[in-house]
Amino acid sequence: MRSVIDIMDLSVEEIDSLTETAESIIKDPAAFSDRCRGKKLATLFYEPSTRTRLSFEAAMYELGGQVIGFSEASNSSVAKGESVADTVRVVGCYADIIAMRHPKEGAPLVASRYSSVPVINAGDGGHNHPTQTLADLLTIKREKGGFDGLTVGLCGDLKFGRTVHSLISAMSRYKNVRFVMISPSELRIPDYVKINTLDKNRIPYTEVTDLESVIGELDVLYMTRVQKERFFNEADYIRLKDSYILTSEKLAGAKADLSVMHPLPRVNEISTDVDSDPRACYFKQVLYGKYMRMALILMLLGV
Amino acid sequence: MIIGQIIDGIVLDHITAGRGVDIYETLRLGELDCTVAMIFNADSVKMGRKDIIKIGTPIDIDLDVLGIIDPGITVNYISNGKVAKREHISLPATIRGILKCKNPRCITTIEQGLTQEFRLCDEENKVYRCVYCETKADTSSLK
Ligand SMILES: [Zn+2]
Repeated sequence: MRSVIDIMDLSVEEIDSLTETAESIIKDPAAFSDRCRGKKLATLFYEPSTRTRLSFEAAMYELGGQVIGFSEASNSSVAKGESVADTVRVVGCYADIIAMRHPKEGAPLVASRYSSVPVINAGDGGHNHPTQTLADLLTIKREKGGFDGLTVGLCGDLKFGRTVHSLISAMSRYKNVRFVMISPSELRIPDYVKINTLDKNRIPYTEVTDLESVIGELDVLYMTRVQKERFFNEADYIRLKDSYILTSEKLAGAKADLSVMHPLPRVNEISTDVDSDPRACYFKQVLYGKYMRMALILMLLGV
Repeated sequence: MIIGQIIDGIVLDHITAGRGVDIYETLRLGELDCTVAMIFNADSVKMGRKDIIKIGTPIDIDLDVLGIIDPGITVNYISNGKVAKREHISLPATIRGILKCKNPRCITTIEQGLTQEFRLCDEENKVYRCVYCETKADTSSLK
């Protein structure tokens, strides 16, 4: 049974094929509106994540399928202490495919080992979130025409921000990509990402603490949230949180065809005056996420 | 130097000098009621100095555990006074059920009946990571 738990579960060829499918859906959505007729997606959300759940549900409805599931653990059998293994064995009797969100890291992997139907990881704690990375990849593909030769700026919390780590892993498989890491020194990219991914694949990268000084070099700027709970004390948080805010003034020094991305939700790391700038791609990124989830559902169901 | 020939049993050879006691303790050889001989700092062409353990009865040995503690060990299975089988130990690709993941956010902390599982990610530095959450394993408890 094929499941997708980590973005690296998908080969480059499979990701290319998913982006092709997504682009076909964008061109002619009607051609896909019946493809999942009679199929059911179960959204098992052990913690609320309305945004991700709605994206999966909209994806399934647009393929002509149906959706069952729960959006928080408190009113389900899970609250009575049922294991993940038992829950998916039961749900597999009703649904053709499962999208699981869980606060514990590794829960979707456990699910995939016991499930009789494909499992998609819809986020396991701060660990993996492969469909976010698929959304990111389609956004870059659509906005930049491909991955070759891009300079990608990653800004904010690069230490704990797993979406950034997954994006680096996924993009390290393409040619001539270069990264510029922009973060406070406290939230720099971890050494294991540098050693196991960047150095191993000989990907050039630089690390800086200042966004403004490098913004002019970038083709893509991926902004992330600097979360309060990542800091040991309030003073550090207050000192750092505003250093990595993207504003119209900072954007003035950027390339005319820069693509600004953000996994959302944002707090204040992109000021709202940037929203009307044609370089802002973060709402398109949400839409691309739905198309990639549609493509992934089609692939895993083999329809 | 010859210490009593073993007829049926196991000889653990090429133990890194000084690790013999750790292995004796981890494999709980003190609980056996057969002869167990420990040789420290034996001469070795390959290693300079080595430890050797001779066990006077055939027992089940967890080769994975042995591989984590001291990956260079050779296990000789002795039958009728002759080496019947020889195994060279190496770092196991996965470790099941011996170590515990210490990440409080890991699914292994709440899922009933789930076996702990770690995968070798960096052979040179003996780094194992939890297959569920990728947290680095603390292998020091095995020493
Ligand atoms: Zn773990």
